[in-house]
Amino acid sequence: MPEAQVKMNVRDAGEKASIIDVQGELTAFAESVLMDAYNQASDGHVRAIILNFEELEYMNSSGIGLLVTLLIRINREKQQLLTYGLSEHYRSIFQITRLDDAIAIHDSEEEAVRAANSA
Amino acid sequence: MTEQTPRDETREEEQKPEPRDAAYWASYAETLKVAGVAEGATNINVEGRRAVGPLQGFGKMWQKTYRVRLGEAGVTPAEVIKTWKENYKDFWPEGNIFYAPLAGITPGEVALISGSLPGGVKLSTGVMVLYADDESFSLMTPEGHPFSGWITFSSFEEEGTTVAQVQVLMRANDPLYELGLRMGGHKMENEMWRKTLENLAAHFDVHEPVEMKLVCVDPKLQWSHYRNIWQNAGIRSALYSITAPLRWRRNRARQV
Repeated sequence: MPEAQVKMNVRDAGEKASIIDVQGELTAFAESVLMDAYNQASDGHVRAIILNFEELEYMNSSGIGLLVTLLIRINREKQQLLTYGLSEHYRSIFQITRLDDAIAIHDSEEEAVRAANSA
Repeated sequence: MTEQTPRDETREEEQKPEPRDAAYWASYAETLKVAGVAEGATNINVEGRRAVGPLQGFGKMWQKTYRVRLGEAGVTPAEVIKTWKENYKDFWPEGNIFYAPLAGITPGEVALISGSLPGGVKLSTGVMVLYADDESFSLMTPEGHPFSGWITFSSFEEEGTTVAQVQVLMRANDPLYELGLRMGGHKMENEMWRKTLENLAAHFDVHEPVEMKLVCVDPKLQWSHYRNIWQNAGIRSALYSITAPLRWRRNRARQV
């Protein structure tokens, strides 16, 4: 299987949230990287996972599918999924695929972290 | 330190190069529009409907993956997808008709479908082309379709072999469809994609078995979406068929 063209970095974002910085391409090949990042981010008492898409370079429909399966996993753990850093193009994709019905989109890291820690 | 003004941020957004995937995605539209209705097709359950993904459905969420290895064919993934797009309707098994859009399988295009549900109920529905690039394309379903979700057709190299794959991420759209899936619908669907991949492989003179992997991603029903039944395309198609004589008589009366 081709190598994933993505890197993900996990950071703390307050008592209740973690941030996953997505750098590169979100396609089917990113699955194990995303799930490993989630496992790392979800350690402890985290109630919210924030995806930072500022350095997202490419996403296909399989990448969107990954976000859905991640969301299901997050909801199962009674956690919340938020995002920030989406360009207009990727916001439009969230709208077309109706992911914005279930995943909160914020304009900045500050806003996302505030929303995550106040939930 | 200089703070960015909203105008600076807009200018910065405009100056960013367009992402590589920009041309591969459908543009946002509030509802679906059908460009032309081919002879034999019925557009009663697509025009004006919204496209729905797996989050908008009612039933359990499934990820179903069907794949076939095309090793002996000596074709590249791009050749497989090109062939698949050009001959999509021909690879479908008998009993289901895909009315390809005039522009072909390109992002944003809407296709009509005539099919059948368990029990022989006739179904008129359709799909929107959500995404299409050289090595994959995805279809998204409308409100009222048997399931809410995406179907992704792709081809890739794996261990030196070209593989063709269909992957469905879906929930039954409403409680009636969920019941239908449990009473034979899943089996019908599995058979449909198995047969489609066999037909695709046979086109390249390959006769390999289709592998299936069925995963229940979320066993919970989304009861908040039970009202999706109001758009059930199976019920509406059946009512449309039943009322055909009335429409015929009305049209005749207008001609006289």
